[in-house]
Amino acid sequence: MSEPTEQIAVNQDYAADGNDLERAIREHGAAMLWVARRLLGNEDEARECVQEAYLLAFAKIASFEGRSSFRTWLHRIVVNTALGLLRKRKRKETESLDDLLPVFDSDGCRVEPSWRFNEPLERMLERNDVQNIVCRSIASLPESYRIVLALRDIEGYDTAEAATLLETNAGVIKTRLHRARAALKKKLEPLWSRGEL
Amino acid sequence: MKTGHTTMRKLRSAVMKLPLMLTCREFEDFVLDYFEGTLPTKQHVIFDIHLMVCHDCRSYLAAYQRSVALSKAVFERLEDPVPGDVPEDLVEAIIAAKDERYRRT
Repeated sequence: MSEPTEQIAVNQDYAADGNDLERAIREHGAAMLWVARRLLGNEDEARECVQEAYLLAFAKIASFEGRSSFRTWLHRIVVNTALGLLRKRKRKETESLDDLLPVFDSDGCRVEPSWRFNEPLERMLERNDVQNIVCRSIASLPESYRIVLALRDIEGYDTAEAATLLETNAGVIKTRLHRARAALKKKLEPLWSRGEL
Repeated sequence: MKTGHTTMRKLRSAVMKLPLMLTCREFEDFVLDYFEGTLPTKQHVIFDIHLMVCHDCRSYLAAYQRSVALSKAVFERLEDPVPGDVPEDLVEAIIAAKDERYRRT
């Protein structure tokens, strides 16, 4: 059995060894590609991101101190690389969140249907259509909101870490996260049914 | 039914003008901190009082919580195990790019 990358990664010769690189790609590449797809929403850019991240990781392998697992270290490099690509992209955000945000009447009272959740979460997760709707709904959020939602709710970063990665402050992250979640809720409403008061 | 909803809202609107009451719009500003567990005690009490009297906010919060839980669970499930192998052409492209950079340096 081959040595796990966690152990050999601390070896500075790692970068020079093509077999180790290939093993690291085969062990973690699928997961890293998955992370890049979630953040970039585009297959070509996700592949470019993973390639850049691996090259960067192997160039910097000497700085890996083994304080986290190799996979965690690599994950952060992929996230940083993806965010770098997003900054370069400078895509115009044409979709507005306004239609997806909570509605209030003139007195500041919420206008919200009464929701009923007839299906347990575990059973919903078995359905392919639910997985597709969730993935599509997240992918369709405007980029600046989607990224915050992905970093916080999917990649598991906390507010301070997400703020550092996105070079902004915690207040901006919290506002975007809440708005992204509210918009996602609106998009997922067809999955549950309306009840009566 | 619509008239019933409107009457309820008017009634709620009057109640929310009482001391220690929030409007739903103000309540919205506390939602994230409520879920993060970072609401100060006083705001938490005010938030809970609003939740007790406001059916629409209870319904909203339940759907909000459900959608966060659902999206997290979908991605956890998709990642465990990681879907598929890394594409062969990507493995080759990375190795080729590394060799190319080594040659150049």
